[in-house]
Amino acid sequence: MALLHIAEPGQSTEPHKHRLAVGIDLGTTNSLVATVRNGIAVCLVDEAGRAMVPSIVRYHPDGTIEVGRSAAAAHATDPRNTIMSVKRFMGRGLNDVAHVESMPYDFVDAGGMLRLRTVQGVKTPVEISAEILRVLAARAEASLGGELTGAVITVPAYFDDAQRQATKDAAKLAGLNVLRLLNEPTAAAVAYGLDNASEGVYAVYDLGGGTFDLSILKLSRGIFEVLATNGDAALGGDDFDHRLFCWVLDKAKIAPPTSEDARRLLMKAREAKELLTASEEAPIKAGLATGEQVNLSVTRDEFAQMTQHLIQKTVAPMRKVLRDAGLAPEDIKGVVMVGGATRMPHIQRAVAEFFGQEPLTNLDPDKVVALGAAIQANVLAGNRKEEDDWLLLDVIPLSLGLETMGGLTEKVVPRNSTLPIARAQEFTTFKDGQTAMAFHVVQGERELVSDCRSLARFELRGIPPMAAGAARIRVTFQVDADGLLSVSAREMSSGVAASVLVKPTYGLTDDEITGMLREGVDRASDDMHARAVREQQVEADRVIEATTHALEQDGDLLNADERAGIDAAIAELRRLVSGDDPRAIKKGIDALSRVTDEFAARRMDKSIRTALAGQKVDEIQV
Amino acid sequence: MSIDLQQDFFALFGLPRRFRLDEAALEMAYHDLQGRVHPDRFAHLPDSDKRRSMQWATQVNEGFRTLRKPLPRAIYLLELAGVDAGLHTNTAMSSGFLMEQMEWREAVEEARSAGESEELTQLHTRLRQHAREVFDELAQQFDEQQDYVAAAETVRRLMFMEKLQHEIDDALEALET
Repeated sequence: MALLHIAEPGQSTEPHKHRLAVGIDLGTTNSLVATVRNGIAVCLVDEAGRAMVPSIVRYHPDGTIEVGRSAAAAHATDPRNTIMSVKRFMGRGLNDVAHVESMPYDFVDAGGMLRLRTVQGVKTPVEISAEILRVLAARAEASLGGELTGAVITVPAYFDDAQRQATKDAAKLAGLNVLRLLNEPTAAAVAYGLDNASEGVYAVYDLGGGTFDLSILKLSRGIFEVLATNGDAALGGDDFDHRLFCWVLDKAKIAPPTSEDARRLLMKAREAKELLTASEEAPIKAGLATGEQVNLSVTRDEFAQMTQHLIQKTVAPMRKVLRDAGLAPEDIKGVVMVGGATRMPHIQRAVAEFFGQEPLTNLDPDKVVALGAAIQANVLAGNRKEEDDWLLLDVIPLSLGLETMGGLTEKVVPRNSTLPIARAQEFTTFKDGQTAMAFHVVQGERELVSDCRSLARFELRGIPPMAAGAARIRVTFQVDADGLLSVSAREMSSGVAASVLVKPTYGLTDDEITGMLREGVDRASDDMHARAVREQQVEADRVIEATTHALEQDGDLLNADERAGIDAAIAELRRLVSGDDPRAIKKGIDALSRVTDEFAARRMDKSIRTALAGQKVDEIQV
Repeated sequence: MSIDLQQDFFALFGLPRRFRLDEAALEMAYHDLQGRVHPDRFAHLPDSDKRRSMQWATQVNEGFRTLRKPLPRAIYLLELAGVDAGLHTNTAMSSGFLMEQMEWREAVEEARSAGESEELTQLHTRLRQHAREVFDELAQQFDEQQDYVAAAETVRRLMFMEKLQHEIDDALEALET
């Protein structure tokens, strides 16, 4: 590996300039923000020294929005406007969500992603999540004393495209530059692996508040390679609380409780669950609106028994993920436990039994994901140092497919493919002069389209009119390193690119996002124009800095004319940056980007050739 | 001189174009290349760099996926040699092979309907062992005899066997749930 330290493309552009970047764990129950300070990843805390922000958002009638611990206080008195566990709603329709009947919210089901009616109007889960992200970003900027270059936001590995897109949209609404969506178990592996300099195959068992992930990673020579992932995007600690809550209703013979009482009892159930980690028995006491008193006690064994079926739901994914990776339990060198829910003793027991070894719990299961994300954010922002010569190779968790005749799915991208990945397929027209075509993209493993998740309908337009069957339309499905799908299409005989119109099934359209952004700016009585200028200036500075650095390193790849062209484009952009026309600055950025395109290609080639040269030397040494 | 994004995968990884392959060398070359082209190395750079990085990383992944496992590697070698493997059209097989396939299939079907997961696992192991022998044969055809027509038929046989292997996997999975 030492051979590769020549002209690394991702290394810090200016050694002394540290860019502020954070990792954010946007959790179902709690969220955290972390950063790398003096080479060490740390969680950023509030004035009371607490790292965790409860993922709770309360909308007040006067237009203020409260997030976190103070909002939590109102969970029982103002449940309709106090939204908890919003992560469960991301990229989901009302029919997808379990236990809606016992939730105190005023759901709006208008098809697509569900929405909630609050005292401040109808809100999407994306907007609600953005409020949590805003609070975390503000904490980071206050603590770090400057504007953030970007953030890595973690998502459950088993999140589908719609849930990932919703998370990215929320970050955009919160004004964050998303460097990468990172899978939670992978983030944990980074924090863990770099800490322990481990090599070998590891399993990460990640049971959070509302999601379950299981990833198998191979760690070797600084590469974290995800071999397979599995899970359940709707299983977590919340379900254990809910089971105990139902047990309480049953034991205390309580008729359907009011939403306030339901919230109260759910909280008591959660407290009891947490107590059972350390004690054999926990009390559940509460006074209800009817004047009734609940006075119960639950033992660890009773709790283990009533939640056994939930534990079982994590065992099937463990088997599947090993089969997908082509491994047996004894091939696993260590099992890392992540997520607060893995504190439950009967979960640790079940995992130990399955893998035949005690799981590793030496890192705080609540913080490890945020810490890993911070380490990744630091490197992605351009603060990469020589010792950061490690790389993550992650996979797509669920297969992508196309709907074909008869409601069947044709797999296009198989699950567990390493990202980024692209697959192209050719189609033809079936009518003379046909200029449009539609595709329905789904995600999942089942054969019937109705058993998979509908992601989006893509409409191709602008196909040149030809006789039926004469057009050859090559459709490319590209999944990027965030696990997000994009579709492009080209008619091959004419070379004409078709325009692609996306209609997400459970997502927001670009127009909706733009509308929300504008609304957000209005609310903060900010100047939209000033914001746009500022954004373009930051981007322009970034591009100039990166280009200047590239010229210093690889200027010899250019002839004098090419060099002059780039220098002129830089000078022009510098001139534009001092002005206040965001569109002009954008044009200047695009112009510079165009003249450096060929240069970037040559630099990439040079880098690859160096890699190949390095291998040959390696071969000789062996 | 520019490196072609469309160059063949063996050249991409600096490996000789053969069926037998040094897996460790492939993996090392794969990791080294991804270390240079992966989008994580370009997240702080302009969009044009990011775009190129994604194209390259996609291509490197595709190359690794193609070469890593023997069956896709064999299919790719046939493609490079311009030999039509007839994977979807040519289903003509020697009667001996077809008989053997039928016997395997019957054994799998029997174990499946009887719910014998132990038997299925054993069949799986035996089939894998058999596939290994056929792959040795294939290696001879590619690397020593350079007989691509014979190799194409062996590839078709191996595809039958792989399909059967998947059926056993599915049956095992169905028994578990």
